[in-house]
Amino acid sequence: MTVKQLSVFVENKPGKLMEALEALAESGIDLRAISLADTSDFGILRAIVNRPDHAYEVLSESGFLVKTNNVLAVVIGDKPGGLASVVRLLSEGNVNIEYTYAFVAHSRDNAYVILRVDNNDEAVNILTKNKVTLLTEKELYSM
Amino acid sequence: MQNYYQPEIECMPQADMKALQSRRLKNQVWHVWDNVSYYKEKMVKAGVTPDDIKSIDDLHKLPFVTKDDLREAYPYGLLGVSLRDAVRIQSTSGTTGRRVVAFYTQHDIDLWEDCCARAIAATGSTKDDVVQVAYGYGLFTGGPGMNGGSHKLGSLTLPMSSGFTERQLQFMCDLEATVLCCTPSYAEFLAESIEESGLTDKIKLKAGIFGAEAWSNEMRLRIEEKLGIKAYDIYGLTEITGPGVSFECCEQTGMHINEDHFVAEIIDPETEEVLHEGSKGEIVFTCITKQAFPLLRYRTRDICVLSSDACSCGRTLKKMSRLMGRSDDMLIIKGVNVFPSQIETVLIEYGLSSNYQLVIDRHNHSDTLEVCVELTPEMFSDTVRAIERRERELHEKIKNILGIAAKVTMVAPKTITRSEGKAIRVVDKRKI
Repeated sequence: MTVKQLSVFVENKPGKLMEALEALAESGIDLRAISLADTSDFGILRAIVNRPDHAYEVLSESGFLVKTNNVLAVVIGDKPGGLASVVRLLSEGNVNIEYTYAFVAHSRDNAYVILRVDNNDEAVNILTKNKVTLLTEKELYSM
Repeated sequence: MQNYYQPEIECMPQADMKALQSRRLKNQVWHVWDNVSYYKEKMVKAGVTPDDIKSIDDLHKLPFVTKDDLREAYPYGLLGVSLRDAVRIQSTSGTTGRRVVAFYTQHDIDLWEDCCARAIAATGSTKDDVVQVAYGYGLFTGGPGMNGGSHKLGSLTLPMSSGFTERQLQFMCDLEATVLCCTPSYAEFLAESIEESGLTDKIKLKAGIFGAEAWSNEMRLRIEEKLGIKAYDIYGLTEITGPGVSFECCEQTGMHINEDHFVAEIIDPETEEVLHEGSKGEIVFTCITKQAFPLLRYRTRDICVLSSDACSCGRTLKKMSRLMGRSDDMLIIKGVNVFPSQIETVLIEYGLSSNYQLVIDRHNHSDTLEVCVELTPEMFSDTVRAIERRERELHEKIKNILGIAAKVTMVAPKTITRSEGKAIRVVDKRKI
């Protein structure tokens, strides 16, 4: 119940992010969610795309350092406290969240967040037990 | 006589100096032969015995000592006396992480301090002066050497060590220091701090003795103008003794070599052939009086020119020009010797066979070192924390090995500039 995420090392230089995004666009790869972590020297672009393996190849061939990780795509109620309730569950189960980012989908009732945690199995276990919906890759890409 | 500390040596006729050198060299070669088996083996291999060295003209027959020898013989292999006679070490960084350790007997320290006293006297200073030593103290030779020289001359010595600028300025003003000894970049930094603090009127400095790093004549003029002093160059290296191997006089046209202790030759760094005086080449020193660390024909890797021309100061000691470069890849950063290979060693020890580049710059009169390392797939992580942790670990390791802090920056693969397929390891942006 995890989805594949791409992480791309992007140097803090003008045009570098664009280069990565254009490489994906040219290959017809669709971005489902994206976040950019930045420091003063470099950034890490994290993306959920419709064809992760293809995207990995495309970016590597363009000279980018890419890594894939499994992350959780969590469906939460689009209301105050929606994310908090999920985070509370994980926190109580001693699962650390490394980072999180939200993404937009065409739905009025739900919001979607990507969670990167230190223990995927435990997190999936806790969340499903508590009836939190996790998206599969298939569901995610067809959204 | 003015401006001399030991006029009988400093102004000795050149023929007499040559005779003195010959006598001392013969004794020294026997001393080394009898006490330094590492060098004796080198002589045997070269087919030379002490009997072959009859005068200074036979110097070229002796084998060279290189930094590799120092590494191989580390720590005690080149020690020329028993431990009970050795009283001090000084140390500098070596080529691949192993430090150079030089030894001194009390006799060696005395002659070193004499050399430094000559350098201070040459600025017109006497026992009435107040000498502020703002070189680092400790393993670094700068502080201890100039401190000892100032004592010998009888000046009041302020053993400030480097840094703590506010305190430097306070003592400089309150104790009315007249001579400043430090690196030229720190002198320039102090000069600006004095201006900014509005202390210019309280400064009584008349001379500065600046060494341990390369500086240009433009930099000298800037420092002289800002501090209202005359700025003198000084040269030395731990392997030979430390500062005071040579020093500048009022003519400021090169540094007089203390030839009664250190005999200089210029060689072609490729062929190792001794070159005629006036040729540009690598300067090689032979210690003819030192007991504990008696290096013969030590290859400094410093490029310069020698001259025996008469000097208006009256000294007959040969002069060496300002340094014109290196015949190896050694860098001097914040007065510290840095070899790119040391960084490479750290990276390899760290399990990285990765491409790197050193970027050296000077901000605010202080050298900066940035080590750019190309990220490898194994090192890359999707979390910033993991990459920054690696940067910090490398930073610590490099600091341990070099003794200076470096900024470690991870860069994307294949981004380090290559020329003709070869990575450019060093980018020196300093304008000096």
